[in-house]
Amino acid sequence: MLRFFHQLGSPKHFYRIAGRWIPWLAAACAALMLIGLYQGMVVAPPDYQQGDSYRIMFIHVPSAWMSLFIYIVMAVAGAIGLIWHMKLAEVIAISSAPIGASFTFLALVTGSIWGKPMWGAWWVWDARLTSELILLFLYLGVMALYSAVEDKRTAARATAILAIVGVVNIPIIHYSVEWWNTLHQGPTVTKFGAPSIDLRMLIPLLVMAVAFKLFYAMVVLMRARVEVLQRERNAQWVRELVDIS
Amino acid sequence: MNTPSLSRAFALLLWRDLLLAYRRRTEMINPLLFFVLVTTLFPLGIGADPALLRQVAPGIIWVAALLAAMLSLDSVFRSDFEDGSLEQFLISAQPLSILVLAKVVAHWLITGLPLLIVAPLLGLLLDLPAASISTLLVTLALGTPVLSMIGAIGVALTVGLHRGGVILSLLVLPLYIPVLIFAANAVESAGAGLPIVAHLSLLTALLVLSTSLSPLATAAALKISLS
Repeated sequence: MLRFFHQLGSPKHFYRIAGRWIPWLAAACAALMLIGLYQGMVVAPPDYQQGDSYRIMFIHVPSAWMSLFIYIVMAVAGAIGLIWHMKLAEVIAISSAPIGASFTFLALVTGSIWGKPMWGAWWVWDARLTSELILLFLYLGVMALYSAVEDKRTAARATAILAIVGVVNIPIIHYSVEWWNTLHQGPTVTKFGAPSIDLRMLIPLLVMAVAFKLFYAMVVLMRARVEVLQRERNAQWVRELVDIS
Repeated sequence: MNTPSLSRAFALLLWRDLLLAYRRRTEMINPLLFFVLVTTLFPLGIGADPALLRQVAPGIIWVAALLAAMLSLDSVFRSDFEDGSLEQFLISAQPLSILVLAKVVAHWLITGLPLLIVAPLLGLLLDLPAASISTLLVTLALGTPVLSMIGAIGVALTVGLHRGGVILSLLVLPLYIPVLIFAANAVESAGAGLPIVAHLSLLTALLVLSTSLSPLATAAALKISLS
């Protein structure tokens, strides 16, 4: 077991193992997404107030969850990379940023499409919308810094610091914005005891959340593989891999 | 050679930076001029109705202060980076975070404090009532050091880059939002006669938090940028 993790730390083995995992992750993700979408779009009952238009929730809410989750993964991986100088953690952190930004963007777009019939406007300066937008800016900042620094190892460590600073700031930003203005519906899933959401809606939502997590795992491995190849392009095993004699 | 004590190193570096700034007085004026100029643009853009101006004044002045603080950030480490002093700080026997703190404090005294002096004038221009102006001064006194502290992290990350300026704004401005919200809200509440203790407490908390944590992050970032 320990040996497995040790091997995973070396780029060469990571490349091989990740390549083996990706098809499985893809299959599981596709299956869960199909189940979740079917349950959400067909089986789940219409909302008593919002009718059918609430169904965009099955995309919107998991993407919003992912947007925060990925930022935390990025910061934790960045911290691991800084503390133990693990190259692979840096690679994971850096590969996560564009995916997180895409999920944040998706959450914003679906939220805006949902908001138009519900609130009568494409955009309102509501607290959670605003903090999600700021989160997008934080992601873009991380990506801009990474692309601006020439040496990619330095760049990865610099962005790790930025991500950690961002993680400290996200709660502060979130609560300051919340306090500033709020219009969003309260959380309906995380209440302890009986959630105020119908079980037939909750299950597809959770299935979709897991499917999104698997999707992220799959894409981050794909991106990390490319990043590893690029960084190790002068190493022997990469040369053998692409068969340059 | 015996190394000076922590507080002495702090004081020496602070004094050096203030002296350097004093020798280049004109550079100190520029952020200040920018602050006044941006604030002047708003009445020209949105109309000179005193009631409207009074309503948006806290936001305008604070956004202008934010931009002025951000633009002046570049000078925190720039000249030290170019002449190599920064590397000397890095290898000195004193902890880098203390030296960084001294530099940031000096930077605030040079660029942040002058904003406080012209802010009442801008408040008068935008027809703010007296109660709001005094609150504006308090929020600026509490808030602009936070801006310098947070900004220093961003500068440390971008100091080696050729075109660091635009990226710096992308990194730093989102982190400035809480300060903007609490400070502008406090001034607004003061104008409406509402209590502002909560806002000021939160601003003070941000100041304490950023003063204690940001030098550490800045030092770590400098070490990476210069490696």
